[in-house]
Amino acid sequence: MITLEALTKSFGSKHVLRGVDLVVPTGQSTVIIGGSGTGKSVLLKCILGLIEPDGGTITLDGADVRVGDRDAFLARFGMLFQGGALFDSLSVWENVAFRLLRGSLKRPKPEAREIAIEKLRRVGLSPDVADLFPAELSGGMQKRVGLARAIAAEPEIIFFDEPTTGLDPIMAGVINELIREIVTEMGATAMTITHDMSSVRAIADRVAMLHAGKIRWEGPIAEMDATPDPYVQQFIHGRAEGPIETLR
Amino acid sequence: MSVQALTSPLAALGRATLALFAATGRLTFFVGQTLSHLIRPPFYAREFWLACLNIGWLSLPVVGMTALFTGAALALQIYAGGARFSAEQVVPSITAIGMVRELGPVLGGLMVAARVASSIAAEIGTMKVTEQIDALTTLSTNPMKYLTVPRVVAATLCVPILVGIGDIIGIMGGWMVGTTRLGFNSATYLKNTWDFLEFWDVGSGLVKGAAFGFIVATMGCYHGMNSGRGAQGVGRATKSAVVAASVAILAANYLLTEAFFSA
Repeated sequence: MITLEALTKSFGSKHVLRGVDLVVPTGQSTVIIGGSGTGKSVLLKCILGLIEPDGGTITLDGADVRVGDRDAFLARFGMLFQGGALFDSLSVWENVAFRLLRGSLKRPKPEAREIAIEKLRRVGLSPDVADLFPAELSGGMQKRVGLARAIAAEPEIIFFDEPTTGLDPIMAGVINELIREIVTEMGATAMTITHDMSSVRAIADRVAMLHAGKIRWEGPIAEMDATPDPYVQQFIHGRAEGPIETLR
Repeated sequence: MSVQALTSPLAALGRATLALFAATGRLTFFVGQTLSHLIRPPFYAREFWLACLNIGWLSLPVVGMTALFTGAALALQIYAGGARFSAEQVVPSITAIGMVRELGPVLGGLMVAARVASSIAAEIGTMKVTEQIDALTTLSTNPMKYLTVPRVVAATLCVPILVGIGDIIGIMGGWMVGTTRLGFNSATYLKNTWDFLEFWDVGSGLVKGAAFGFIVATMGCYHGMNSGRGAQGVGRATKSAVVAASVAILAANYLLTEAFFSA
């Protein structure tokens, strides 16, 4: 279980997170929604230690994430980045097997390649793709490779940063389904940030809305449509009119 | 005229000075981090050999061509200058000393700075803006160890080798001009070159090469890691890396020359 308490982060005079309190239950898929620039990615990066928060606490199964063995902590996570973040200089299979080729999870090269090809197959890519380079793939294929890399070491917790951004609706649907299937079959804890409502409905067990640096609403996906919160209603229905200020 | 208007140039000077100190501090911290990771495993051999290929082998043509033409031009200049006081015979020795002590390392270093600092800064800067650096961290890989250390070690080891090869090519450039245009006997030219060169002439140039290699890779990595967002940020990082590496090479060259050769 990941617990955030009173998490704050500012960049200069811009206060992005103003006291975020959130619990991400083990084995469930939690989706954070919110407009662009509300700090969703910052929240994710604070948990992973990519950004140092200004205040508050982050605990994983009761232990402060900032103390203890960092490698052991990161080994529990997999992450799919918004743009894939594949390493250009490495082939597809080397990207997928990156964690299996070095560090504490290192395995012999043929075994790592075998696992990579199996993971590629799991995300719907043929073994022919394994020796290509990321620049030779379409956006959708890059997302799939990113997903294969995120699950290659079978992590307990997987983060998805805007998994469907830049994809056509059909490919977005495919990625959503894959995420749902993989999270369910691995029994992993998932945390996704998105503003794509079709993703939310496909992936989420629980939803939390981040607005003005705080969690505005949080609850099971089944209760999202019925909530009277005007901010949530405006966001999920994509209305221009409402309490959330929009620039025109 | 108001007090604010009078003091604003001072305020600008103060801001610039503070920014310079801050940048120096950040760079010093970065170098310290790099050195500390140098002695702590894991080490990434594949990244090191790839960096050697890129920094050493692929820089060889540009360094070689630079040395060849510089050596040739140097021989002509020394001949023309020496002729004013009937000292044309010093062409082989002065060309060789000039190449191995100064022009070989400095021009080699500057050419590597142009070619390598820019490519390192652009590559790492692009990795930063496309979240590949963050991805490395989430995959339990320290970006300093994986990206910076192999490049810095490779450049520190490869640039002296490049300088050594450049020295030989530069001397050959002088020999070509000396024997074809200036009427020197080939064997005499080579004997004069060999006789007048001392070990430390060559050794000091190679030490300079190592220092310049360290500077080039460090500047490329530092500016890449601190690249701003977007294409403009990467472009600025690339430009800054080349400028900073070039200026640092020239400054380091003076300091090393003082250290090695001042009486």
